[in-house]
Amino acid sequence: MTASLRDRISGLFADYAWFLDAERYEDWLALFSESSMYRIVPRENVQYGLPGSLMLCKNKDMLRDRITTLLEVNEYNIHTTRHLLGASRFDDPVDDVVAVETPFAVYQTDQEGVSRLFGVGEYQSRISCAGSKLLFEANVVQLDTFSVPTLLADPL
Amino acid sequence: MSPRIEWQRNDYSRVPYAFYHDAGIFEQERDRIFAGKTWSYLALEAELPHPGDFKTTYMGDIPILVSRDRAGTVHAFINRCAHRGALVRREARGNAKNHTCIYHRWCFALDGQLTGVPFRNGVNGQGGLPAEFKLSDHGLKRLRVAIFEGIVFGTLGADTEELEDYLGPEVCEQIARIFQKPVRVLGYQRQRMNGNWKLYVENSRDNYHASLLHAFLTAFGMGRATQKGGQAMDARHRHTYTFDYANSDSEEAVNTAYASATPDALKLELRDASFLKMRPERNDNVRGMIINVFPCSIFTQSGNAMAIRQVRPKSPGVLELLFTLVGYADDDDDMTERRLLAANMSGPAGYVAMEDGEAVEIVSEATRSQPDGTSVVEVGGTGPLPRSFGRATDLAVRGFWSYYAEVMGIEPAGGIR
Repeated sequence: MTASLRDRISGLFADYAWFLDAERYEDWLALFSESSMYRIVPRENVQYGLPGSLMLCKNKDMLRDRITTLLEVNEYNIHTTRHLLGASRFDDPVDDVVAVETPFAVYQTDQEGVSRLFGVGEYQSRISCAGSKLLFEANVVQLDTFSVPTLLADPL
Repeated sequence: MSPRIEWQRNDYSRVPYAFYHDAGIFEQERDRIFAGKTWSYLALEAELPHPGDFKTTYMGDIPILVSRDRAGTVHAFINRCAHRGALVRREARGNAKNHTCIYHRWCFALDGQLTGVPFRNGVNGQGGLPAEFKLSDHGLKRLRVAIFEGIVFGTLGADTEELEDYLGPEVCEQIARIFQKPVRVLGYQRQRMNGNWKLYVENSRDNYHASLLHAFLTAFGMGRATQKGGQAMDARHRHTYTFDYANSDSEEAVNTAYASATPDALKLELRDASFLKMRPERNDNVRGMIINVFPCSIFTQSGNAMAIRQVRPKSPGVLELLFTLVGYADDDDDMTERRLLAANMSGPAGYVAMEDGEAVEIVSEATRSQPDGTSVVEVGGTGPLPRSFGRATDLAVRGFWSYYAEVMGIEPAGGIR
């Protein structure tokens, strides 16, 4: 693991959080490879070894559909989000893929300017560093706050 | 009943907003409904497969411990130590030889009997319990337990009717249709809504909102009100089930019915709709089934997804909703995969469920400031309640209030039953 690769991965996560909070979803989707998996899983399911998810996108098309329905179909509480990411823990790359664990907190702010903690958890990511651009091969969002406040519309 | 709450009509087509906010009502509900003559979902036998297995849950806001003893019998108790009222079991689940309260280490057997009290005879001639203290008088408060198709129900009512009589033959048949074979738990989904528990229970009985609020259904051709389907209630309107059949409407009927409701959504297509495809597994082509058992237990099938929803009141203004996702114990890998993908439809992030969290909260928010206001519940008609009816009605919401008023002992003069 080189310092330069660590820097690039840190930059990828900064973009990831920034694009979500800015609702730049096309830019956010561009951080994923076509074959990438995205999943939000309650921590209790992980604890009990159960496979059920809150969101399960087996490929990038399913993730695109989540964004389409978020923007065009579903109704949800009107809010903005703010992701705060902690320091990542890196493994050495294996076959040009790096496993990274990153803690996060997400706050939601409503139309009256009241912010609440929406949830905390960790990203369990597999990041491809084979090409010129880093891409998520998989991002599993483990949600410690598994009793979700109100509802979960936007990806974390 | 709080003096400022009055039914305006005896057919429950007007529901006072105070029912969603009044703290006194919430206390009465605990006594008369949750600790009264009703049966509540507690657990699946599949969650407690081995002797010594236990899980903690709630009935209303009453903490409950479900425990399988060494002989294999499933017991349920109020999870409250006989000594000082502490939670005896703090863990969500586990396996144990006994249940020992951490506070003063009073020890209860897996069947709830008090078996040990430290320093019972005192220490160095001091302390200890009176000679007449009997361990057998201080076991955990026991629920009556009944198991139907692997589903564990409990009641605190001394004279609650038998479970299968409570459910009635039609609801038993519908639950048995889903739970026909042993199940295994695939996972849990939870959310916490800022609203009264009855707002969610009404929501799950109201088939009028489904294809309007949940635009996903209309957009992608599932569960539309134009599809063949219907809803039925038991004779006392306390339980209800809603069902629809796959591929049973025409494009023209859809476009006409929904022309003004969701015009943009109808033009959308999913890039990967594989998770919506149902692998037939019963001989009835039923795509969706939602069974509501009074008060807070819901059993569902949506395509290949199967789940139990438990509504847990936390306070007058907060509820927790717990989804338990299940498959059959003998499912092949392909079917398990389908069930896991179909779970995208349910829970707090469910394509056709997330809106319910918002619906509960916006009603709660807007009704709080007018306790004597009422909702208008007459889609599908007023007056006597039918047993079965078509879709796009809120008759089952009136049915809920009819039985609610009866069991709470607050029926208006001539209240319909």
